Amino acid sequence: MQSYFLDHIWLIPLFPLATAAIMLLLGRRLPHSTVSALCVGSVFVSFVFSAGAVWQLTQLAGERVHQVVLYEWVPAGAFHTTAGTLGNFVADLGFLLDPLSAVMILVVTGVGFLIHVYSIGYMGHEGGYYRFFGYLNLFMFSMLVLVLANNMLLMFVGWEGVGLCSYLLIGFYFLKKSAADAGKKAFIVNRVGDTGFLLGMFLTAATLGTIKFTEILPAIQAGHFEIGAPVMTAIALLLFVGATGKSAQIPLYVWLPDAMEGPTPVSALIHAATMVTAGVYMVTRSNAIFQLSPVAMETVAVIGAVTAIFAASMGLVQNDIKRVLAYSTISQLGYMFLACGVGAFVGGIFHLMTHAFFKALLFLGSGSVIHAMSGEQDMRKMGGLWSKIPTTAKTMLAGTLAIAGIPPLAGFFSKDEILGKTFEHSRALWLVGFITAGMTAFYMFRLVNMTFFGKSRVDHDVEHHIHESPRSMTGVLVILAVLSIIGGWIGWPVALGGGNRFEHFLEPVIAKHGGEVAETASMAAHASAAEYLLMLASVGVAALGIWLAYVIYLKREGAAERMAASWSGVHNLLYHKYYMDEIYDALFVNRTKDLATTLGAFDRTVIDGMGVDGSAWLTRFVSRVSIWWDTWIVDGLVNLSGRIVWIFSFPVRLVQNGLVQSYALVIVAGVLLIFGYYLTR
Amino acid sequence: MEFYDSHILSVILFTPLAGTLLMLFVPREYENAHRWLGNLFGFLGFAVSVPLVWKFDEVAHIPGFQFIEYAPWIPSIGADYRLGIDGISYLLILLTTLLGAIAILSSWSAIQSRVKEYYILLLLLQVGMLGVFMSLDFFLFYVFWEVMLVPMYFLIGVWGSDRRLYAAIKFFLYTLAGSVLMLLAILAMYFNHAAMHAAAWGCALQAVHEASTFNIEVLLAVVPSFGATLQQWLFWGVFFAFAIKVPMFPFHTWLPDAHTEAPTAGSVILAGVLLKMGTYGFLRFSVPMFPDAVKNPKIMAAVITLSIVAIIYGALVCMMQKDMKKLIAYSSVSHLGFCTLGIFVLTPAGLTGSVIQQINHGLSTGMLFLIVGVLYERRHTRLISDYGGISTPMPNFAAVYLIASLSSLGMPVLNGFIGEFTILKGVFEVNKVWAAWGSLGIVLGAAYLLWLYQRVMYGPVTNPANEKLPDLNAREMACFLPLIALCFWIGVYPAPLFRILEQPVKKIVLTVNPTYYDKPVMARPVAPPQGETAPATLPEGK
Repeated sequence: MQSYFLDHIWLIPLFPLATAAIMLLLGRRLPHSTVSALCVGSVFVSFVFSAGAVWQLTQLAGERVHQVVLYEWVPAGAFHTTAGTLGNFVADLGFLLDPLSAVMILVVTGVGFLIHVYSIGYMGHEGGYYRFFGYLNLFMFSMLVLVLANNMLLMFVGWEGVGLCSYLLIGFYFLKKSAADAGKKAFIVNRVGDTGFLLGMFLTAATLGTIKFTEILPAIQAGHFEIGAPVMTAIALLLFVGATGKSAQIPLYVWLPDAMEGPTPVSALIHAATMVTAGVYMVTRSNAIFQLSPVAMETVAVIGAVTAIFAASMGLVQNDIKRVLAYSTISQLGYMFLACGVGAFVGGIFHLMTHAFFKALLFLGSGSVIHAMSGEQDMRKMGGLWSKIPTTAKTMLAGTLAIAGIPPLAGFFSKDEILGKTFEHSRALWLVGFITAGMTAFYMFRLVNMTFFGKSRVDHDVEHHIHESPRSMTGVLVILAVLSIIGGWIGWPVALGGGNRFEHFLEPVIAKHGGEVAETASMAAHASAAEYLLMLASVGVAALGIWLAYVIYLKREGAAERMAASWSGVHNLLYHKYYMDEIYDALFVNRTKDLATTLGAFDRTVIDGMGVDGSAWLTRFVSRVSIWWDTWIVDGLVNLSGRIVWIFSFPVRLVQNGLVQSYALVIVAGVLLIFGYYLTR
Repeated sequence: MEFYDSHILSVILFTPLAGTLLMLFVPREYENAHRWLGNLFGFLGFAVSVPLVWKFDEVAHIPGFQFIEYAPWIPSIGADYRLGIDGISYLLILLTTLLGAIAILSSWSAIQSRVKEYYILLLLLQVGMLGVFMSLDFFLFYVFWEVMLVPMYFLIGVWGSDRRLYAAIKFFLYTLAGSVLMLLAILAMYFNHAAMHAAAWGCALQAVHEASTFNIEVLLAVVPSFGATLQQWLFWGVFFAFAIKVPMFPFHTWLPDAHTEAPTAGSVILAGVLLKMGTYGFLRFSVPMFPDAVKNPKIMAAVITLSIVAIIYGALVCMMQKDMKKLIAYSSVSHLGFCTLGIFVLTPAGLTGSVIQQINHGLSTGMLFLIVGVLYERRHTRLISDYGGISTPMPNFAAVYLIASLSSLGMPVLNGFIGEFTILKGVFEVNKVWAAWGSLGIVLGAAYLLWLYQRVMYGPVTNPANEKLPDLNAREMACFLPLIALCFWIGVYPAPLFRILEQPVKKIVLTVNPTYYDKPVMARPVAPPQGETAPATLPEGK
C-alpha cells in the first residue's frame, strides 16, 4: 500500500482513455446521465490516483523520483551517435513522477475535473453530448501522457494527441465553417512547431544517445558538454520551436484566438489551463539542456516578453469576451516563457499553476455570461449584469483581481516572482513585463466593466432570458475563485515572511550545472529593499491600469469611442491584430496553394504530358516514320529493283509471252529455219 | 498436415490459384456462387498464411531465408522453383493475403458485370504478388513479376471508369518498359557469374554449365564482389524497374491514372501491395547486391533527392486535386517517398522504418481507397465538390474515415507515426538537412488530409443527393475493422515488427557497411543521485 498509487501511475491516464473509448464506440446509445457519470467519474478517479501518488511521492525517503516502465515501445535499435559510438535507441512506454509532473497532474486532473463538472450544465442542451465528453476524456488521456511520459517520444505522443483533441473540439460545431477552419488551422500551425520538437528529439538522441528524461542530465555530464556548447543551443532552439507552436508564442500564436470557436469549457481546459502550457512544461522538463545555452535562454526570454506585450496590446481593444481572454492567455504564457528564459523555471511553473486556476475561472465565468446572454459574446451588447448574475460576477471579479496581480491573490505571487527574477537578469525585459502587467490589469478591468457594470446595452429580447447558471456551474466557479485567491499562498515569498514551499518542492527538478545560470535560478530570495520596491511597483502599475479602465469605461461615458476615433490608426492596427492573419495568409498559405497549383499543372503538362504522353506520341511518330520508310524506301527499293528488272526484261518478255501458239509458231519457224539452212547449204 | 508443414509457402502461393481453377468450372451465370467462391478463397488464402506468425523464426537461429522449398524447373539454364522468405518478405506476404481478402470482400456489390472473370483475375493477381515476395530464383521472380501485370491490366481496363483503356495501357506499357531493363540486368548478372567461374576454373564459358544459376541466394553472395563500374550499370538496370513500380518521382504519373480508373479493389491492391514490389526490389536486390553502387555518394544523393522531391512534391500536388482518388494516389507518391528515403540512407533505423512504413501505407492507404469506394458506390462520383457534410448522414463512416486519415498523416498511437518516426530517425543519423526536408512532408500531410476531410465531411449537407446516404453496412464494417485494429496495434505495440526486422536489416546493413556495428558501444547513462557527478566509466568522444 505504501507505494500502491506510485506503482499505478500508469492508470491515471488510462481511466479517461477507457471512458473515451466507451463514449466514441457506444456513446450514441447512452443517456446523458450515464455519459456524464462515466466521464466525470473517470477524471475524478484519475484525480484521486494523482493525489495519492503525489502524497506517496512526498513520503519517499531520498530522491523524489518514481518511474514505472510498462514495456519497450519503440525499440528502433542501433544507431551512430555524433560522438562516434554505437547507441541503442529505445523509447519506453514508461511514466515518470517527480515534483514537476506531480504539480502538472494535480493541475490537469484537478482543474480538468472541475471543468468536466461545469460542462455537464453547459453542454446539457447541445447535440453530440457523448461526442463532446468522449473527446474531452481523450484530451485528458493525452495531456496526462504528455506530463507523465518518461521520455521525449512518449511525450510527443501526448503532445500530438492533445493537438488532435484540440482540433476535434475546436471543430466540435463542425456545421459552422469558421469552426472547422479554426480547428484545421490550429492543427497545421501546431504541426509546424511539432517538426521542431521532432528534430530536437532526433538531435538529442544523436548527441546524448538517449531521450529518457532521467538520463539526459547524466549523459550531458558524461559527454562533458560545457555551457555554450553549440549543439545544446541547437537542441534547445528546436525544442523551443515546438513549444512556440503548442503554447501559442510568436511566431506561431495565430491559431489560439481562432480556437475560441470551440465550446467554452474547451477554451477553459485546453486553451487556457492545460494544453497551451505544455510548451512551458516541456522547456522546464528539458531545463538541463536549455541552461547550457545562454543564447537559447535569451531567445526564450525575449520571445516570451515580446509575446506578452504584443498579445496584451491586441487584447486592449477586442470586443469579443472570449477573444480578450484568448489574447490574455497568450500574454500570460509569454510571462511563463520569460520566467524560463531568465532561469526562473520554478517561477514559470508557479505561474502556470496559478494561471490555470484564474484563467479557467475567467473562461468558465465568461461561459456563464454567454450562457446567460443566450449566446451573445460581444461585450458592447452587455453591461450592468452585476445584479442579474451575481455569483458569476463576483467570482469573475476575483479571477480578474488575481490576474491583475493584486495581493494577496494567486496571480500576485507568481507574477511578482517572475518580475523579480527578470529584474535581476535584465532591466529591459523587466520593463516590458512591467508594462504588460499594467496592460493586463487594464484590459481585464475593461472586460469586467463592460460586462458587469455601467448601463445595460443588452438587446431587448435577450434581456428577458438573463438568468444565473445552474448550481453545477456556479459551484465550480466558486471553487476556482477560492483557488484563485489562496492558490498562490503555497509560494509565499521569503521576503514577505513566507517559506516559498513551492520552490523548495520543485527545486530538485532544476539541473545545476554550476556557473552563472544556475546561480540565478537557485538564488535564495533574500529580502532586500529592491524587492519590496519591485512589489510595490507591480501593484502600483496594476492599480493604474484598473483606474484607467474605470475612468475610460465607467466614469466618462463615450471616452472609449472618442479615444478610438482620435487614435484610429493605432486602434485599427490593434483591432485587426496587426493584420497578422492576412500577412501569414499572403506569405505562407497562399504561396503554398500557388505552389501546389503550379506543381499540379507541371505534373499534368510537363511530366505526364510531355514526358509520358510525349514519349508515347514519339513512339507513334517513329512508328509512322517507320511505316513510311518501310513502304516507300525499304519496300520501295524492292519494288524499284523489280521495276528495273521489269524494264530491262522488255525484250525477253516479248518472247516469253506464255502463249503456246506463239511458242509453237517460233518452234515451227525455227525448225523451218534450220531445215532451210541445211537445205540451202 | 505434414505436406503443409513442409510446403507452407507453396500452399500460400497456390491457394488462390486453386480458387481460380475451381471457378473456371462454374458457369458464369451463377454470379453469387462466384462471389462466394472468390471470398472463400480470398479468406482461405489469408487463413493459410496465418500460421506463419508462429512458425516464423523471428530471432532467426538459421540466418537467411526460411521455409525454403526447391524443385528443379529448367535445369538446362539453371532456373529452379525456389521459394523462401525472410522477415521482410514475411511481413509483406501477410499484408498481401490480408489486403487481398479484404479487397475481395469489398467488391461484393460494387461489381455487377463479368463477375466470374473479375474474381478469377483478382485471385490470379494474388498469386503473382505472392510469388514475387517468395521467389528465390531470378527467373521465377521475373515470371511472377510479369504475370502480375496481366490481371491488373484487365481489372483496370474492363472494370474501370471512363478513361480505363488509357490508364490500363499506360500502366502496362510503363511498367513493362522498366522491367525489360531489369531482365537485361538479370541476364548480365547470370552471365557474369558464370564467367567468373569460367575464369576461376580456367575453362570455356560453355563448360561451366553447372555454375549458371538464377539462384538469388547465390547471386546475393556473389554479385557484391563484382567491380564497382559493373555494379553501377546493374544498379541502374534494375533501378528503373523498381522506381517505376514504387513509383518514384518523376516516374509516378501512371499511378494517379491507374488509381483513378481502377475499381476500388484494384486501387486497394495497387496501393497496398503492388507498389511495395518496387520498394521490396530495392531492399532485396538493389541495396544488398550492389553495395558499391548504393554507397556511391553521387548515386545516393541522386536517389535521396528524388525521394525527398517525391515527399514534398506529391504532398503539394495533393492539395490542388479535385478528384478524391487522385488526391489519395498522389499521397501514395509522398508516402512511398518516405519508404525509399529510408532505404537509401542505409541505416538500420531507416531500413526498418521503411519496411514498417510500407506495411502502414498498405493499411492506411488501403483504408482510404476503401473509403472513396464506399462513397463512390453510393454516389458514383469522386469529385470532392460533390460532397460536404457527409458526417451528418454517415456518423460511423465519419469515425472510420477520421481514423484512416489520422493513421495516414502519422498521428501517434496509430501506425503511420511509428514508420515515419523511425525513418526520419535513420535519415537524421546520416544527414540532418534531409531529415528536416522529410519532416516538412509530415506538415503537408496533415494539411491535405485534414482539408480533404473537412471538405467532404464537415459543414452542412450542401448537395440534396447526399442527405439520405446510408451509413456503413456490416460487410463494409468487416472490411475496415481488421485494418483499424492493426493500425492501433502497430501504433501501440510495434515491438514485434522491430524484432522481426532486426535480423534481415542487420544483414543488409552489414553487406553495405560491414563495420557499422563495430563502433564502441555507448553505455546507457545511469541517473546519479542529485548533487553527485556522473560515473566516470562512460566512453568519451571517440
